[in-house]
Amino acid sequence: MQHLSIFPVLIPLLFGVIMLLPPISRSIHSQRVASVVGCLFLLLSCAALLYQINNQGVQLYALGGWQAPFGIALIADKVSGLLVLLTAFLALAVILYAVAGQDKGGAYFHPLFMFQIMGINGAFLTGDLFNLFVFFEVLLIASYALLIHAGGKQKTQAALHYVILNLVGSSLFLFGLGILYGTLGTLNMADMAIKVGQLQGETATIAKTGALLLLVVFGLKAAMLPMHFWLPKTYSSASAPVAALFAIMTKVGVYSIFRVYTVIFGENAGELANIATPWLWPLALLTITIGSIGVFASPNLKTLSANLVIVSSGTLLACAAINSEAATSAALYYMVHSTLASAGLFLLADVIARQRGKAEDRFVRSRPFVQPKMIGFAFAIVALALVGMPPLSGFVGKIMILQATQSSTQTMWVWPLILVGSLSALVAFSRAGTTLFWRHNGSGSAEAEPAKPLEITSIGLLLLTTPLLVIFGGVISEFTQQAAFYLHDIQSSAYGLLPGVSP
Amino acid sequence: MEGMYALCVGLLTACGIFLALRGRSFSVVIGLTLLSYAVNLFLFASGRLRLNSAAVLGESQQYSDPLPQALVLTAIVIGFAMTAFVVILAMRARADLGNDHVDGTLPKQPGDTEQKNGGNA
Repeated sequence: MQHLSIFPVLIPLLFGVIMLLPPISRSIHSQRVASVVGCLFLLLSCAALLYQINNQGVQLYALGGWQAPFGIALIADKVSGLLVLLTAFLALAVILYAVAGQDKGGAYFHPLFMFQIMGINGAFLTGDLFNLFVFFEVLLIASYALLIHAGGKQKTQAALHYVILNLVGSSLFLFGLGILYGTLGTLNMADMAIKVGQLQGETATIAKTGALLLLVVFGLKAAMLPMHFWLPKTYSSASAPVAALFAIMTKVGVYSIFRVYTVIFGENAGELANIATPWLWPLALLTITIGSIGVFASPNLKTLSANLVIVSSGTLLACAAINSEAATSAALYYMVHSTLASAGLFLLADVIARQRGKAEDRFVRSRPFVQPKMIGFAFAIVALALVGMPPLSGFVGKIMILQATQSSTQTMWVWPLILVGSLSALVAFSRAGTTLFWRHNGSGSAEAEPAKPLEITSIGLLLLTTPLLVIFGGVISEFTQQAAFYLHDIQSSAYGLLPGVSP
Repeated sequence: MEGMYALCVGLLTACGIFLALRGRSFSVVIGLTLLSYAVNLFLFASGRLRLNSAAVLGESQQYSDPLPQALVLTAIVIGFAMTAFVVILAMRARADLGNDHVDGTLPKQPGDTEQKNGGNA
């Protein structure tokens, strides 16, 4: 179907708008039904889109019929198709958790959730840099409101930092775009990729400034080292479904880095070839280090999960720094795994916090769980996946990344840091697990509520993907390899998208 | 004209960044506003500055690039919405946290030991 590429943006938009209108806006129950139905539709259309991409190749969708590079084009290729499907699946799992009761904390949870999904999907699909900015703003303004959902001092404080930082980031984004438009005369990514190779001398230097400004912005979204300070507080204070959805937000930043610095400022960029690599190397490795230190220092499970998000961001940035097909393929696999596993951990942390009374999710002695076996089993699976132990998907992802290192210098830097990062996660998880599950006092009180069936289903869905990613590892890694090949091949990722332009 | 224009954009950016780095939410909001003004002017200039040239073909001898004007329009709308949001959030933070510092707590001044909570104490 011709219009399938825009469905991942349109479906959340339509459902979000419908939920703001009466009669659905009046009752939370019908909003819940609409949300779940919307996410199911989204998942189906994303799966159909991926199927179509796989069979017919890249889907180019010219909005309003205006041909690229003059109009805005949506590009559904293997990379964006995979990530859009990931978003849709995550959205479904998270909304199932939210409808069990977490959505009642404030007004408009469901419409905002839908608009955020719309922004994320749009950012993955767009082929125009300014349009990427617009979708960033769509997902950001929804996330600002979602972050303070259910209110509270902690959330307001975290939201203030998050909002101000991202507003500065948006300004820098526009500065970067202005510079790039001034030098290249286009904002279509494919067209930019072709034109950037012709820049020389002073113009190239100016364009380099713009490109590196964009790296700052994407780094802020991806929680790259000097810009990661907002993340632990923001993620640990957000309500559980919001934090779980935010697990994909850093990946939007990482995706943008891959897209912009592989396709546009990649190997064929003439004087500007691989400009991000010298910056990405130290920053990625330091991000892993600082994330691992944060993992050790976390006083509660939510902060621990947030710091693990930083570690996984750093790992993905290291893949971007390696800058090869194998690394990109490994990064795509790891991105899917770490998004789903961290989302699962955020949700599980909330279930744990609610069953322990005043101790919440802090690592202190407290009363026993109501459902110790189920929670313990889920915790073990999440921990194994995030640490990267066999037989779960974290192991496969990390092996793929380790194998992607090319020279001995790269191996010397990447291997120890990733392995030490895993070790720190292992230590932190075992410490957390022993305290949470084995050190109890008193007996379980009657008021602690057991997890609701929908919440269990949601966490179960997220955790089920971990073994599935291993069982279908061959198929998936073959797919990510094709996606990575596409991204690194300027012939298909730039020239192929502009009719009538040849090298 | 270009020099004057660049100077204005630069000055706005510098003031915006200075104010955004301050501790109180009001000056931060003003700083962000100045920064977004600077960005809008900068985007406008990315299509080159020209006198007597309309953005419509056939209206004048020379024509100017219409795309930056569309981009600026989008940026203005988005910037306006974001500023409105951050103003409301700053007021909410003032109410929730009891002071208008962006960190939620006032830094300790040398010499005062009692003032912890700012204006709400």
